[in-house]
Amino acid sequence: MERVSSLAGAITEPLQAHRRLLAAATFALLGLVDILVFARFAGHSQATFALSLPDAQITVPSLHVPAAPTAYALGAVSLAAAVARAVREPSQRLRRWLIAVVLLCFVISLLCWADAGKIPLNLVNLLQSTVAFSIPLVLGALAGCLCERSGVINIAIEGQLLMGAFGSAIVASAFGTLWLGLLTGSLAGGLIGVLLAVFAIRYLVDQVILGVVLNVLASGLTGYLYDRALVPFQNTLNSPTTFPAVKVPLLGDIPILGPIFFDSTVFLYLSYALIIAVQVGLFSTRWGLRARAVGEHPVAADTVGINVLATRYRNVILGGLIAGIGGAWLTLGSVGSFGKDMSSGMGYIALAALVFGRWTPLGAVAAALLFGFTSALQSIMATLNVPIPSNILLMAPYVATIVAVAGLVGRGRAPRADGKPYVTS
Amino acid sequence: MTEQGGVGGSAPRASTDPGGTEPGRPPFGKVIIQAIIQGNSVVVTVAAFAAAIVIGGLLIAFTDPVVLHAWSQFTAAPGNAFAQAWDSAAGAYAAMFEGAIINPHTVASALQYNSISAAFQTGSVSAIFDPLSETAVNATPLIFAGLSVALAFRAGLFNIGGTSQFIGGALLATWLGFGVPLPLVLHAIVVLIGAFAGGAAIGWVVGALKAWTGAHEVIVTIMLNYVMIYLLSWLLGTSAMQRPGRADLITPFIDGNAQLPHLAGPSLRINASFLIALAAAAGVWWLLQRSTIGFEFRSVGANPRAARTAGMSVTGSWVLVMTIAGGLAGLAASAVVQGTDHTLTFQSYGTYGIDAITVALLGRARPLGTVLAALLFGALHAGGVAMQGLTQTPVDIVTVIQALIVMFIAAPPLVRAMFRLRGARAAGPEQALAKGWNG
Repeated sequence: MERVSSLAGAITEPLQAHRRLLAAATFALLGLVDILVFARFAGHSQATFALSLPDAQITVPSLHVPAAPTAYALGAVSLAAAVARAVREPSQRLRRWLIAVVLLCFVISLLCWADAGKIPLNLVNLLQSTVAFSIPLVLGALAGCLCERSGVINIAIEGQLLMGAFGSAIVASAFGTLWLGLLTGSLAGGLIGVLLAVFAIRYLVDQVILGVVLNVLASGLTGYLYDRALVPFQNTLNSPTTFPAVKVPLLGDIPILGPIFFDSTVFLYLSYALIIAVQVGLFSTRWGLRARAVGEHPVAADTVGINVLATRYRNVILGGLIAGIGGAWLTLGSVGSFGKDMSSGMGYIALAALVFGRWTPLGAVAAALLFGFTSALQSIMATLNVPIPSNILLMAPYVATIVAVAGLVGRGRAPRADGKPYVTS
Repeated sequence: MTEQGGVGGSAPRASTDPGGTEPGRPPFGKVIIQAIIQGNSVVVTVAAFAAAIVIGGLLIAFTDPVVLHAWSQFTAAPGNAFAQAWDSAAGAYAAMFEGAIINPHTVASALQYNSISAAFQTGSVSAIFDPLSETAVNATPLIFAGLSVALAFRAGLFNIGGTSQFIGGALLATWLGFGVPLPLVLHAIVVLIGAFAGGAAIGWVVGALKAWTGAHEVIVTIMLNYVMIYLLSWLLGTSAMQRPGRADLITPFIDGNAQLPHLAGPSLRINASFLIALAAAAGVWWLLQRSTIGFEFRSVGANPRAARTAGMSVTGSWVLVMTIAGGLAGLAASAVVQGTDHTLTFQSYGTYGIDAITVALLGRARPLGTVLAALLFGALHAGGVAMQGLTQTPVDIVTVIQALIVMFIAAPPLVRAMFRLRGARAAGPEQALAKGWNG
């Protein structure tokens, strides 16, 4: 990729070899933690993983593994991956597989150690909440993807989630219909999208700053209205019910996979649809090609007759609508009522997932699942009484993102015209 | 940002004056009228403030149950509907003014005393100055954190990491404050340096990662904010930091020696930290305008490639500017820990990190502008608390007004259109303060 024109690129180019060794060192470090911490302190007991929920029709027998030997073996695998990474620059595909393998080894040894000699750990439950926690992150990251692929940086995902949560709670509770609430949540997210689009595209405001300010605006506005309207009228304006879980016939009865992927609220199924729509839309349709052209090289796109500004308006507002659905999940899919600043940084994690996933929808979804997993893990670890402070565990996604953007696991490239206003003279 | 660009605006401030300083300059009155018609940056700032206040007022009025009730009977008494709306908004803003600047009631009660000394002794004189003291106290951390963001802006970096740097400074300062016994004066200075160093360390991480690996500072600072918040939450629960006998997240009080002295008696919260903040602003001004390092910062901010061609170290400037910016944000923690609270809780970091961005933007990334903007937002915060107490208007309205001001200021064409001001010049794209992901 020609990166000569980019200053950051010019500076980082000589670091390729360094990066390879640093990535290998990271792998080795994780492998050593597997062996020296998890395997050593696991003791001689067994870890038990339950593979079906208590009410499942087809029960899968629980998995018993000797904790310490498993962790030793997985650590060895990680060390082997580190050696493979250090010796020769592998292909892009292999590099991703290596990262996945090392992370998986780390997580399994962590679980072995955490559960050694304790009550069985329900893996299905863990993965079910992973998927649930990931929904707002996935939708937020998809929103960011749509915006940034067309050349508008979206830091305002956080504000879009918050507005979506607020709007959906009020309407669903006042009118008593969840679907209307979901629609309003989406529109409320879209409203922030409209503000982002108008100020960024029409008034050429710096997009990073604008995003931060829109988040402040959303936080202030929802916080103000919460104190003014929702607290005094809690019963009529802030007590929507939540969407019930809907089990997909047949698919929902598949052991292990069924409860994780096909027995959830409408939000999960909407997310499936939106993931496919964004992925296929961006990469296999004329619309997507045009949107990406606008994000990479607006002048060229304009020359061949694509309306740059209209494309950007459309994508930014669409993104807002999608993030608004993610916001609605916070109230209608999870908590059941609005609380001040309840998005609590999820929009920023979604942004991180987008960068982590290299501005691709599927990459962002994978990163969002990883972040969702740490949240789910943290809540399960608390019940296992593990001697890791939960705060340290909660740091993990953020540290991982820093490691990722520092290029230790390979470097993504943002759309070339991302963040640059398009002005015809 | 309007006329000459926020970054690299190294030309003297006088050049923003449309009248200029050519020979035979037009009379002063004409300059002002011209400025208003053409909508230069000062006028746009004032207009943006006015627009935000009006929108905030509408929001206050039309979420007030009394006003809504009056409007529901609009056809019966239209005059009453408008009067109620006006009363609601005006009442809230009046309470805000009394909480931030001066309260006529305290003046009146002080005047009841026959002698000045009696007024002083009963504390009614200090009650007069209490609103101003609160404004200054609220503004102090904003000055420090705003300077941090402004300084980074001038070097072309966007520091959203005020929160993490604040926490870094707060942790080190508080620990030095209660854990290390030192004599008077020296202890306060050591803690102050600790606050700077703690913040600077976090800032250095950001600068170093950007310089060595090209990691974008926006992502790194956002992520570090959360890392530090969880670190704070963890450390405050450990035996090393938690106050003995407490279950909540709070540290012991720092030593009296480490606290900064009050400036106007113990009943007013204003303390030496405010003066340190003003000195820091002067220091940043000197650094940017008078020192070689500052020139390099501004050059790197204006055009990194040109700066590199001229033989400056772009990466070195990034590391240094983020270290200093982090230190300034750490000093904001000193204002809270040493100045007012004398302890550290999980809530101490507040929203300073994000507010600082709005402060720096309103101050157009200049030290003096940042101080003025911080005083304005400090007044809004101090007044907002008073307003909530008196009129039950939630204090969050201040956040809304703050965000609106900055959005309007960032879009001068919008403000000019709202107030029917003529464009100063054919407006080209505004100079970007922060840069996109591709650096």
